[in-house]
Amino acid sequence: MTIKTALLGAVAAAPILAMAGAAQAQDVVSLRYMCTSDVGGCEIWGELLEGFHEANPGIRVAIESVAARAITDTLPLQLEAGNDAPDLANSIDLGGLNPYYLDLSPYIDVADFEQNFGQTLPWLRGSNQDDKGVYGFQLYFTVNGGFVNSTLFEQAGIELPGSDASWEDWAEASRKVAEATGVQFPMAMDRSGHRFASMAISYGAELVDAAGQPVIDDGLRAASQQIIDWNKDGTMPYELWGGTGGTVGTNMIDDFKNANIVFYYGGSWYLGQLERDVGDAFDWAVVDQPCGVAACTGMPGGNAVVALKTTKHPEEVAKVIEYMASDEVLEEFLARTQSLPAKQSLIDKGVEYGDVSESTAGALQKFNEQLPKITEAAYRFQGYRFQRAMMNGIVQRIGQAINGELSLDQALERIREETETAITAAAR
Amino acid sequence: MTLSLNSLVGTIGSLLAKAVEPIFVALQRLLGIKRLPWVFLLPNLAAVVLFSLLPVFINVYYSISGSDRLYPTERPVIGLDNFEALARCQNFLDPSTCSQDLFWRALQNTVVFVPVQVVLMVLVSLLTAVVLNRDIRARGFFRGVFFFPVMLSPVVVALVWKWILQREGILNAAFNGMGLQSVEWLVRPDSAFSWAIAVTVWANMGFYTLILLAGLQAIPRDVYEAAKMDSASPWRQFTRITLPLLRPTMLVVVVLAVIRSVQTFDELYVLTGGGPGSATTLIIQYIYERGFAAQPRNFGLAAAASLVVGLVLLVLTILQMRLSRKSYNG
Repeated sequence: MTIKTALLGAVAAAPILAMAGAAQAQDVVSLRYMCTSDVGGCEIWGELLEGFHEANPGIRVAIESVAARAITDTLPLQLEAGNDAPDLANSIDLGGLNPYYLDLSPYIDVADFEQNFGQTLPWLRGSNQDDKGVYGFQLYFTVNGGFVNSTLFEQAGIELPGSDASWEDWAEASRKVAEATGVQFPMAMDRSGHRFASMAISYGAELVDAAGQPVIDDGLRAASQQIIDWNKDGTMPYELWGGTGGTVGTNMIDDFKNANIVFYYGGSWYLGQLERDVGDAFDWAVVDQPCGVAACTGMPGGNAVVALKTTKHPEEVAKVIEYMASDEVLEEFLARTQSLPAKQSLIDKGVEYGDVSESTAGALQKFNEQLPKITEAAYRFQGYRFQRAMMNGIVQRIGQAINGELSLDQALERIREETETAITAAAR
Repeated sequence: MTLSLNSLVGTIGSLLAKAVEPIFVALQRLLGIKRLPWVFLLPNLAAVVLFSLLPVFINVYYSISGSDRLYPTERPVIGLDNFEALARCQNFLDPSTCSQDLFWRALQNTVVFVPVQVVLMVLVSLLTAVVLNRDIRARGFFRGVFFFPVMLSPVVVALVWKWILQREGILNAAFNGMGLQSVEWLVRPDSAFSWAIAVTVWANMGFYTLILLAGLQAIPRDVYEAAKMDSASPWRQFTRITLPLLRPTMLVVVVLAVIRSVQTFDELYVLTGGGPGSATTLIIQYIYERGFAAQPRNFGLAAAASLVVGLVLLVLTILQMRLSRKSYNG
């Protein structure tokens, strides 16, 4: 065979091979899963889904790892536009994205989902009490909570406040420790309406009533005034709540990891970072929820995996979701990301977290203990369809009040107006 | 047999020309020679209409429609409600009395930011261009250095400066090294605003320096030689020769700088997020947040605000050009 014949043969065969490849590709259903990268779970899903691919060679899941803000800001636009949207995604705006969710009831074991995720399925249903759809499952619970640098307390010779300590007690103790040890910031809280809601509800705020209307009450006023005062007197770092603009959520967890903050109010999703980054640099612990006049509660939250209406393969998406929600797969995910279980069977059984530090093991136990103490008001706010509108307002307007651009009364009024605007716009 | 690339391209070109010639001959017979150029302009015009004008008309529709739906067909017309919401104020000088207080705060910030930043930008660019126009050592290198920030992404610029200015950034490290206390540059409203101006000037001045440099180089040398022979001082040469002859170029620079300044968003969004509070929130950030970050997204309000900004820019530009034409014509 001459080179010319071989080349001609290759040129002739190429289209045939391409068509064969295309024909084979047509047999494989490709799904896109938009995954939030905040707990480092996307890489883990990449590994865990290999088991699904082996069992289901006709379905292939491609993972798109994105920042949480992409889910809240960009995904809704993709879903609204109707094209280029993924088939399934992580959702942190649980009720807010309800209009875009696909009801998986025709394709899954609804009874099993109701039994194992019954507590959190309503969060995905938004504000519609009559909705019985199953749109996905709660991947993990998060709970807001306070982290303390126990080593700093030891060095300062100050005892940790007790289990019923109030927010003021923690502020006072943290100030004393900061003064004694020369640490720059006594206390800090994520710049987040969700974290603030924990404090507000403990101070007696209702936030949203049973009719779905925002509530501006004395509890919210007291909590807002407290956080403004702490920013002004140096208890909390001004740069976090006061120095950042707009609705941008931000944190100073890196400063806590660098032992620059005595008491940090964040949440259980930080456990993986602290386990990895703090090591044995200092001892840290999760403490009981600081108390207010009404409660000692944190806000529940978490990430759900949801099916989206834009998918062209609902049955295949349902199969993927059932696989991801299975005990074995989900437990491994939770163990590797040090996350709290939301599935009842795993809550009952307990999750084996493997070889984690004493601090992390203690923290996981403490967060688990706090789950039953979460108040009804906190659960109601978490499932509120317009939660994000209200939280954005809280962050922006309290930031402006800290800076003196608005009075507290003006800030609270704006929060109410902006939430009501969201309700009106959704009704149009 | 070998074919050179040039002759291959030429051959293909000739074949294509022969193929389309009958079409254009027929068109010329139909339209006449005066209207034929429009045929060649049509593709470009279509692109301009599709990607520039049509979005403006759609934007106008968004501004007079409501709801949080994205598609125009799903949005009910609400008339001028969005404009009315923007304009609803008890006291226009106190944004907290306005229905859309953030719009007025952003507008106030922009009204201060733009003139200060543009004047500073033009002065710095002019000074730099004058220096670079001289016969200095490594002139080519410095021209590249001053232009380099223009090539950087605004996000990169903002991140770099954020790292320099943050609490434990290089600047505070230098201050501490000299025994001075750290300063919270981006946390106090006044210093955050000043740094916002400084960073944007630094990021963009290279572009205007280049334009002004080209203008300077277009001034004939013999004018300066004649001035030297008349014992004119450097300052007199600058004010009586350079500036007047540079005026047309300066007009271009000022117009471009104003438009660019009003459009500032990326750098400040990353640098300060519009904060502290809303101290460095400019109008484009307000439009972005209303349209894309707010819950719910209020496309109507964002569109109305963008039309207001567009109109103001148009008026400013026309005014500027008229004033410059008047002074140019004496």
